[in-house]
Amino acid sequence: MDGLDDIVEEFLVESHENLDQLDSDLVALEQDPNSRERLSSIFRTIHTIKGTSGFLAFNRLEEVTHVGENMLSRLRDGELDLTPTRTSVLLQMVDTVRALLASIEASGGEGAVEVGGVVAAITAAMDDTPAAVAPVIPAPREGAVDAPAEVVAQAAEAPAKPAAKAPAKKTAARKPAAPRATPAAAAVAVPAEELPEQASAVVPQPVVEEPAASVPVADPVDAEVPAAGADGQARRGVADSTIRVDVDLLDELMLLVGELVLTRNQIVQNVARQTDTDLIRASQRLNLIASELQEGVMKTRMQPIDHIWSKLPRVVRDLGLQLKKSIRLEMEGRETELDKTLLEAVKDPLTHLVRNSVDHGIETPEDRRKAGKPVEGVLTLRARHESGQVVVEVADDGAGIDPGKLGAKAVQRGLVTPDALTRMSPSDILQLIFLPGFSTAAAVTNVSGRGVGMDVVKTNIESIGGTIEVESDAGAGTVCRLRIPLTLAIVPALTVECAGDRYAIPQISLQELVSLDAEKAANAVEEVGGAQVYRLRGELLPLVRLTDVLGLTSERHDGHVVIAVLRSEGRRFGLVVDRVINTEEIVVKAVGGQMKAIGLYSGATVLGDGTVALILDVQALARRALRAETNERQDSQKAAAHAAAASETDRQRMLLAAIGGGRRVAIPLDTVTRLEQVRTDSVEKVGNREVVQYRGAILPMVRLDRHLGAYGETDREVLEVIVYSDHGRSVAIVVEEILDIVDGEAAVRSDIDDLGLLGSAVLGDKVTELLDVRAAILAADPAFYSTRPTTLTGPSTPQGVPAPLLEV
Amino acid sequence: MTAPSSAPATSGQLATFRLDGDLYGIEVEHVQEVLRSQQLTRVPLAPTAVAGLINLRGQVVTAIELRERLGRPPRPAGTDAVVIVVRLHGEAVSLLVDSIADVVDVDAADFEAPPDTLEGQARELIRGAYKLRGQLLLALDVHKAVSA
Repeated sequence: MDGLDDIVEEFLVESHENLDQLDSDLVALEQDPNSRERLSSIFRTIHTIKGTSGFLAFNRLEEVTHVGENMLSRLRDGELDLTPTRTSVLLQMVDTVRALLASIEASGGEGAVEVGGVVAAITAAMDDTPAAVAPVIPAPREGAVDAPAEVVAQAAEAPAKPAAKAPAKKTAARKPAAPRATPAAAAVAVPAEELPEQASAVVPQPVVEEPAASVPVADPVDAEVPAAGADGQARRGVADSTIRVDVDLLDELMLLVGELVLTRNQIVQNVARQTDTDLIRASQRLNLIASELQEGVMKTRMQPIDHIWSKLPRVVRDLGLQLKKSIRLEMEGRETELDKTLLEAVKDPLTHLVRNSVDHGIETPEDRRKAGKPVEGVLTLRARHESGQVVVEVADDGAGIDPGKLGAKAVQRGLVTPDALTRMSPSDILQLIFLPGFSTAAAVTNVSGRGVGMDVVKTNIESIGGTIEVESDAGAGTVCRLRIPLTLAIVPALTVECAGDRYAIPQISLQELVSLDAEKAANAVEEVGGAQVYRLRGELLPLVRLTDVLGLTSERHDGHVVIAVLRSEGRRFGLVVDRVINTEEIVVKAVGGQMKAIGLYSGATVLGDGTVALILDVQALARRALRAETNERQDSQKAAAHAAAASETDRQRMLLAAIGGGRRVAIPLDTVTRLEQVRTDSVEKVGNREVVQYRGAILPMVRLDRHLGAYGETDREVLEVIVYSDHGRSVAIVVEEILDIVDGEAAVRSDIDDLGLLGSAVLGDKVTELLDVRAAILAADPAFYSTRPTTLTGPSTPQGVPAPLLEV
Repeated sequence: MTAPSSAPATSGQLATFRLDGDLYGIEVEHVQEVLRSQQLTRVPLAPTAVAGLINLRGQVVTAIELRERLGRPPRPAGTDAVVIVVRLHGEAVSLLVDSIADVVDVDAADFEAPPDTLEGQARELIRGAYKLRGQLLLALDVHKAVSA
């Protein structure tokens, strides 16, 4: 059904269903002409089709249903009696409607189906004037000629039938004119159930009487036979290819599949220990089939997110008008699918977020003009699949959230103490909008800002196992990001062990795993004011020991530390567990009220071996553990924020290299493009400079030991080279050995320096010289910076090294 | 005497079980099944009466230690508990008891309010006693018992 959009498709499915009902209703009505109920039902059906076709601009369909509706309404009101003539024209109308629908389904348009005849016939039947007889004849014929689909529709009918019945039909419709007409009595003899078919027969029938008609219809009997044959393998139409299924049934299926997946896990685990090849093969097949079944059943419940998005343009438009803002709504990834239940659950929060963005996010046109932005604000909805989750973003290019203002408001409302606020990072402050009773709107409008909102959104999203975070650039816009699991029933999870018990952590919160052996852990896990932290690539990660949270005693005594890095509400923390066991798909089981009240478990599951494991509620865990350690955490964050402010860069990481003579230099890592090894015999000379061919270019070299006056070994076969590139030029800095990469911010610095150095610092317990990269580069390539001299900030600040980095 | 107003004397069948030497009974219609001892998954930080979670054919069911609930000493080491699965308001909960006994027909005429000697915690949970021949059958208020 390419080219048909969803609305039309839905319309077709619905109409086909209704028409089938209509046929039997009409026939039944003939038996019991006074049944108001049936008349009303028929009237409603036609009315619905008429309404929708008008809406979809199917004019002929509208025309024919309109006149049918007129007649039906008069019948219903008792102004007309239902005569066989009238029944016939009504049935004829139903057929024409079918033909039109078939044409719409096949070609997307009404095609050449002619409706004038039917309309005239109905009008005539309404007025009881036989004058309209003539136009009736050509109309159905054309219908048959132009809408082959019509023929297919009647294909099931026995070829001989039309000939026998049609005259009867016509007797009703008009004076018997066919040469082969059977006595009118035949019509009476025809059982009522066959009447609908009769009605369709009337369409091709007149053709027989007019042999002059075009070729395809010259012999309706022949035309129908192949059609009947083709019917078997005819492609399924819209109405036949879909069925309506009760969502409860799907839920049931989903549950069963969940159980099956569990049992599968159990069997696969057991079979892994067996040696019987047949059993192993069978279990592999079971494994595959269960996975496919799971996928299939999940698919039955999947719907594109557009189902809920489609209502948002209206929301945005109305709100925009009301607030006198000009807003364009853009949608990306509207075909992204997720579980129907989840879709329903996300609907309200999403609408709320959109309203929020329109109301608070996007500024008024005047403000936007003042800010130098286009007057029209842009609200962007994005959806995509990302590692087994659906990520939905509501982004606006509005004023953004000012952490300062937000923080002040939070203090004013007593949600956070001023002292605590000063120690919060801007992104932490942003998350305050999710606190209950918070609204940033200066004025309470009837749109939003009544203080119920973001906390409810958050609760709703979390109740379906999702997460929400907000990012904002003051002046540039805000992004609300929802992460939603694909489905509720089956969740990928990490199983960990703690004090002899196993727990499951939903993958949605898991970022990475860090395993430290005893030796490393002793150094890497540090204490900040009594709280443990770990430096994860330069950022301090607060550590929470699961045993402490649960009040248990760890069974791990070898000093190893296993950290699950988890993310919750925009904050990261490391959960220390005894060991990581596995990742597996788990089926979430509800737990009793007592368990929920503990507030640490989101549910329980049955693992592959049949034991029950609790599922940790990461959000609750973070709230509980991080709040308990608030002071320490905030101290560490303050330190981090301070460091970040001082350096204006997230990563002040240094590459440590030995240059010979026991000297070590540190080179800011962000100036390093690549680390390479170069064979000594490939070094060539240009004048008195050393160069090396590298990726088809000539790379000037500087030997750092000579540059800094520390003479190392010269007879090495392979040179360790640090390549630095900028604006298409590269230089190679030769060192003796690459030692390590360290974080520079904690270093003690001193301004004791020497030629070619910027100072020294204690890095990794040793005094390390800070290389003046610019000087070293100039030594290799004096023209390196000459291409853009204006960007130089000063002679002592090498390119690529942020000036503040060099301060103490 | 604060007679348990919510649970008047009733005739009917009680499923009986033993706990620390006493005979208790719960309405037979609440009992879903009785199981031998099951593997329990402990729930840290849960109320002490929650013995853990059991896997009942794929369904996760909370197990309540009735000895703890009734203020009795812990079950002697080496003896396994018997699990009575009850279904209340559509939710399955299990009770850990010492051993299961018969289903007994009781007559409201034999019912008496809890003896005054019953104390503390237990008093809340016991609706009363049926005087059977030779012993007393304590009728447990199962709804209260599981709301640990």
